[in-house]
Amino acid sequence: MVAFNVNGKRVSVDAEADTPLLWVIRDHLKLTGTKFGCGAGLCGACTVHVNGQAVRSCQTALTEVDGASVTTIEGLSADSSHPLQKAWIAEQVPQCGYCQSGQIMKAAELLAQNRNPSRDDIVAHMNGNICRCGTYTRIIAAIRRAAQEG
Amino acid sequence: MTQIARNALSVSRRGFIGGAAGLTFVLAYDARGLSLIPAAEGSTEANAIGAWVRITPDDRITILTPGAEMGQGSMTGVPVALAEELDADWDKVTLDWAPAEPETYGYRRGSRRSMIIAGSRAVQSYYDDMRVAGAQVRKVLLQAAAAKWGVSPAELTTEPSVVIHAASGRRMTYGEIAAFAEPPATMPAVGKDELKTPEAFRIIGKPVPRRDIPAKVNGTAQYSIDVQLPGMVYATTVHAPVQLSKPERWNDAAVRELKGVLDVVGLEDGVAVVADTYEHVIAARNALHVTWAAGSPAAGYDSDEALHRHYPGMAHDRSTPLKVVERTEDARAAFADAARVFKAEFKSDYGYHAQMEPLNGVARFNEAGDVLEVWEGTQAPGISRAKIAKALGLKTSQVIHHQQYMGGGFGRRTITDYTVEAAMIARAVKKPVKMIWTREEDIAYGMFRPQTYQCVEAALDKAGRIAGWRHCVVGDGGSLTYSGIKLDRYYRVPELDIVQRGASHGIKLKHWRAVAHPFNLFAIEGLVDEMAAAEGLDPFAFRRERMNMTVKARHVFDMVEAMSNWKAKRPEGRALGVSVSERSGSLGAGVVEISLDRSSGRIRVHKVWIAVDGGTIVQPEMARRNIESGVIYGLSSVLKERASIKGGAVEQSNFHDYEVLRMSEAPEAIHVEFAKRDTKPTGLGEIGNPFISAAVANAFFALTGKRLYHMPFTPERVLAVLKA
Repeated sequence: MVAFNVNGKRVSVDAEADTPLLWVIRDHLKLTGTKFGCGAGLCGACTVHVNGQAVRSCQTALTEVDGASVTTIEGLSADSSHPLQKAWIAEQVPQCGYCQSGQIMKAAELLAQNRNPSRDDIVAHMNGNICRCGTYTRIIAAIRRAAQEG
Repeated sequence: MTQIARNALSVSRRGFIGGAAGLTFVLAYDARGLSLIPAAEGSTEANAIGAWVRITPDDRITILTPGAEMGQGSMTGVPVALAEELDADWDKVTLDWAPAEPETYGYRRGSRRSMIIAGSRAVQSYYDDMRVAGAQVRKVLLQAAAAKWGVSPAELTTEPSVVIHAASGRRMTYGEIAAFAEPPATMPAVGKDELKTPEAFRIIGKPVPRRDIPAKVNGTAQYSIDVQLPGMVYATTVHAPVQLSKPERWNDAAVRELKGVLDVVGLEDGVAVVADTYEHVIAARNALHVTWAAGSPAAGYDSDEALHRHYPGMAHDRSTPLKVVERTEDARAAFADAARVFKAEFKSDYGYHAQMEPLNGVARFNEAGDVLEVWEGTQAPGISRAKIAKALGLKTSQVIHHQQYMGGGFGRRTITDYTVEAAMIARAVKKPVKMIWTREEDIAYGMFRPQTYQCVEAALDKAGRIAGWRHCVVGDGGSLTYSGIKLDRYYRVPELDIVQRGASHGIKLKHWRAVAHPFNLFAIEGLVDEMAAAEGLDPFAFRRERMNMTVKARHVFDMVEAMSNWKAKRPEGRALGVSVSERSGSLGAGVVEISLDRSSGRIRVHKVWIAVDGGTIVQPEMARRNIESGVIYGLSSVLKERASIKGGAVEQSNFHDYEVLRMSEAPEAIHVEFAKRDTKPTGLGEIGNPFISAAVANAFFALTGKRLYHMPFTPERVLAVLKA
């Protein structure tokens, strides 16, 4: 049993120590907003926060989050009111939408560190997250909007 | 603002028709085509087959949408046309998925109906039927209100979801009418002249937010990979490295001993491992060793060898199967009499769809084993449902199909091999199953855009005008190699000889975004640019003066020349290239601005301008994003994407060796403009893609004086060209 917090709630999970956090979140805890894209830490679709830091949940073993606080897209806000979620809607960013949970979680880490990121800051921070629909320019616009509108 | 349900599970057709009070309009089709009939009549008629629109007394309007959603916005764009003519208050419209019943919810395609969303077809195929259906329902509401007030329907007008009698100042909402109205015995006819004129549009051509977006920013949008069922188990399938080899034997006993493993299921062309959790599935997959039967057609195939050593000869080898795409009588003479002949050869590699959601399906049989439910994201719900039924030996009516959002489609998801597997496994283990391919499997067992070799020749007459054109494309996959090879949408060339020479390698192939247009336009527009340079003319001037452009083409080239400020000086180290784009009835022209890092060989595209004639643009903001998406998808394949096959096996395995475009490589700005038209909409999902190959290559020539003839333009290839 490994116990930790997910979106503010205490959970304990009975799974092997090396189980990727991705499957713990999606299948054991039924929080399916976090996506499986590559299983190899290459695409960023599975990005969540562990103690405020964005990690690839497919590359994070269950034991690594023992006692930690995990935030998934479902816990970013209760009602889609996070500035990034509002900006994502205002800029109509998502297309297929599959990578967007990971994009938003990665962007949330950036805004927590840097309240007014430049275009270069955004690109450097977000470059590991693939969007196959090519919404990159809209993601940049949405992050800038969220930074401005807070 | 309303949101679409997070999934399709909430709607059942019976519930839809038989639910709350109000007016339901059932869709029927007969010899005249599709029409709406009132539900009361529908429920007794043999040809009453579905419900399309329902208006309830609470003013809510529900429209079923057949626009399979893979990111292109069709689920919103298709019903907008119906809501426009209904004069519905869009904020009061709820959308739900139409069932997988193409005979009811399909668009007309020849004598049949289809729900396939491919070839940028959704909005353009449904547009006319949707508008007429909306206008019919509005007419019913007007007639009911007129009868109630004792006035003539001609005295009534509508505002969104309200009927108005201006003379007396009376108003009634659509919901109020639905509460008392009796459905008419037959639906009123609507003539084309009764449809709105473009000036009267309230939502067509205006920015309407996409209905799927709110659920896509908070994790609630449901893809098939997210479906959870009671008692569900997990599975994955392993296929042969050499595609289509059959499994002979595997270490069955050893795998069955692993923790959580419930079954190992032999399939026609693979082996599935089934376990209680997906992490146990992966452990079992890693431990599974399969011996594959020899004799697959792909055995020993080497794609580089075929492309470089065999294809060029096959272009002129009479023993290679020939498909004549277009050949005019005097093509030979045009070349014999030519004042100048140009010739160039082009190559393109295999392309993988790389949709972000690895292919997967969820399947559940009922207790008796005679009803199968499937959950999948598909571009072709009707075909998929029938195919799954056939593969499992069931009637189509025994399969209940639940459409889900797709984490990308790009042409891969019109074939449901993945959900067939899920259903096979579910039957074997007698439990609900979620079958997910790993990314490695998704690539290895991918269906690819074929690689090609192309030889293009052009004949100019004494006046320097285009007189003849020869184009031979060599590759596997029939029409997958020659879509977009005809010039007639943009250049009217008097004499043509356009052919395909077919190869066959046993590799699975499939439509890719814009199919063969990207590599065929690479060759066509590459040669045009070469001729312009050789004749000492600006690329725009050459096209206008020498290429006998169509009126439509001239217009989009004029537009993009102005948009890009073509003649203006660029910063040091930057250059522009131009090319035409054509697909699904739409026509475009695009310009790119590039730079080059000469030490690494990396090309960077900084800016893109594209002018598109797509007829009426139903949803401009959505259309713009769709085109931007096509530009990035195309650019990704032009600069980076390459799949290759050695010894019959795909060499790439994940995003480290099948690289796709990332944010740092995306253009800083993509400018999209539309020609102003009120003609029928044409496809936009793929018009952003085809031009970019030649535009980048032509810009590279402008910058370096060298030509790129093999896409993708990887740094290694660029360095080799610079050195040559």
